[in-house]
Amino acid sequence: MSVIPWILLVVLALGFAGWVFRLAGQRVTHNKPDFRDMPFGVAFGYALAAGALLGGIWLWFQPGAAFFRWAIQGVVALAIVAWLFRLLGRAVGTFGTRKLFREMPLTASFGILVILIYAVLAIFAGAIAPHGQEEVFARVNILPGGNPETGGDPAFPLGTDQIGRDLLSRLIYGAQNTVGIAFVTTCLAFLLGGTLGFLAATLQGWLDQVLSRAVDVLMAIPSLIFALLLMTIASAWAGSEKWLLTVYMIVIIAVIDSTRVFRLARAVGLNIVVMDYIEAAKLRGEGLGYLIFKEILPNAYAPLLAEFGLRFCFVFLTIASLSFLGVGIQPPLADWGTMVRDLSQFINFAAFSPLTAALPLLAAGAIALLTVAVNFVVDWMLHRTSGLKD
Amino acid sequence: MSSVFRIILQRIALGVLTLFIVSIVIFTAVNMLPGDFAQAILGQAATPEAIAAIRQDLGLDQPPVSRYITWLAGAVQGDLGSSFAQANFASFVGESTGGGEVTVATQIAPRFANTMFLAGVTACIAVPFSIFLGVLAALYRNSAFDKAANVFTLSSISSPEFFLAYVLILFLAVLNPVLPSLSNIYEGMGFGERLQKTLLPALTLTLVVTAHMMRMTRAAIINLLASPYIEMARLKGISPLRVIVRHALPNALAPIINVVALNLAYLITGVVVVEVVFVYPGIGQLFVDGVKNRDIPLVQACCLIFAAAYILLNLTADIMSLLSNPRLRHPK
Repeated sequence: MSVIPWILLVVLALGFAGWVFRLAGQRVTHNKPDFRDMPFGVAFGYALAAGALLGGIWLWFQPGAAFFRWAIQGVVALAIVAWLFRLLGRAVGTFGTRKLFREMPLTASFGILVILIYAVLAIFAGAIAPHGQEEVFARVNILPGGNPETGGDPAFPLGTDQIGRDLLSRLIYGAQNTVGIAFVTTCLAFLLGGTLGFLAATLQGWLDQVLSRAVDVLMAIPSLIFALLLMTIASAWAGSEKWLLTVYMIVIIAVIDSTRVFRLARAVGLNIVVMDYIEAAKLRGEGLGYLIFKEILPNAYAPLLAEFGLRFCFVFLTIASLSFLGVGIQPPLADWGTMVRDLSQFINFAAFSPLTAALPLLAAGAIALLTVAVNFVVDWMLHRTSGLKD
Repeated sequence: MSSVFRIILQRIALGVLTLFIVSIVIFTAVNMLPGDFAQAILGQAATPEAIAAIRQDLGLDQPPVSRYITWLAGAVQGDLGSSFAQANFASFVGESTGGGEVTVATQIAPRFANTMFLAGVTACIAVPFSIFLGVLAALYRNSAFDKAANVFTLSSISSPEFFLAYVLILFLAVLNPVLPSLSNIYEGMGFGERLQKTLLPALTLTLVVTAHMMRMTRAAIINLLASPYIEMARLKGISPLRVIVRHALPNALAPIINVVALNLAYLITGVVVVEVVFVYPGIGQLFVDGVKNRDIPLVQACCLIFAAAYILLNLTADIMSLLSNPRLRHPK
């Protein structure tokens, strides 16, 4: 463990550099307030940023740092595209959407762009993917890159897997299966949790008590653990019918996640049912359905939408984790979690063939990118709604 | 003091009650399995006598309520039953009796210690680190550092654990072999070596957990910065760092403790995936194997342990945040 002295040395050097920087600034600018009142922490921060920048540039020119270069190129490219997308949004559209894009931080436009790309991929997977997801070809284990001299094949840009399926097509179909199933599950969880939560808030009494206590108990079990337990039982029920297991998984995760939705819907609903307009609607003799869908739901829209984004992320990650552990989405459906598990061994070839080692990270990164994007958008939405209240 | 004591006792009683109900839920869920274990173990060709013998031996012929009581009584005394997958059923199909049965408890005990070690190492790195970063982010709020930290933490919260794990493996184990990518831990290993093998999974978990704790620490401190007494402290002319560390932090302690405990509880779930990635011999991996082999007593026991740890940590969070409130500690 000779790493620790090095880290200490670097921190000390950075601290010294920051101190010198501040002193030099004070001398050169004749004690301008910017430098005179600068705390040491800020000076250290500048030194740290400069050090990180220099280190990054040094790393960029290292021969073995292919992954670093790809990551930086990817982030920069996405940032530029997101910036252009925001410009486009500011130029075209109605007055309202242009105003929305003008006030949008770059992270949020990045998020919206990524979500749009995923949606297009998921909906048109069949048209975009060069091959079918279950199509098996004669050549197995073709290396990625498409260069015949290094074991690739131009027809399969990302190569084929152990039994000869095209990885690029499976990656694209993964958007359809993984994202699609997560979306359906989240909708189901909201239908269940939202309806029951609003019912509990409106009717109160014993129904509220029973539902709330039941939710308390279900929430006392960690959700991934409970999902795994129920999946054990579901796999016994499903037997050899693999597609049935996927259906069971959707129902199980929807029920587990609906408890969280229930909590929120009930809390939001309780705040709304004490309003005067609800009282007025009740006195008019409106029915329960009208109260929930026409009075409560429109007013609970904003928090529920933000929760939908976050819940989607949780559901998506749970499904990906279950698939990664081998009990989630079942083959032959292409799915990112399963792909990561199947391809994970390739990571050991990073020194010889960086492209091959990138394959499992590509599938895992596809999951991460979407959840990051959704989180950026939700963060911005929450910031906006809370900002309007102030 | 007595009122705090009473509240704490109430919380503990509530926790025990929750655990009891959770055990009922787990037991009921497992009993929704179609057919029965005996049939599943022996397959279609089994004779009715053999099935009946196994049913009797496993106590499956008892009614559910009495089975539940037996299971719970055993679990409280540390006897979690015997594992199905490892069981020796040769005696029931006419072979000679040989070999002892593998109990769930003997399987779980060493792995439980390993998992606690992993969680402990993670907590030792993550808790000081995230509070330190959270204080810094609150101190330099809205600066470039704060924004970079925001983007970074948001990304690491929303990435799946296995993505972070493989990125760490790629950079720290494959490209620059500083740490081993497989955590093959065995008994009688030296502490240093053991720590080194645990470091990579612990770092992965740290990344996941730190982000959350840091964001909450920052939010809790910034929430307080608008209060009049902070204004007063600032007007006195003390430095921003001192305002935060001496004045804001003690009052932000309750939410911070809460979030630390909640994240340690979250570790319990995160541990499952990370243990599988690093082949770490912990309870999470045992659980996933049990799920795949449909080893019901094992799954039941692991589930109960995870739930108990989860409830215990939530309970601790509750009690600690109660105790950190001086108004409750010193009632008028």
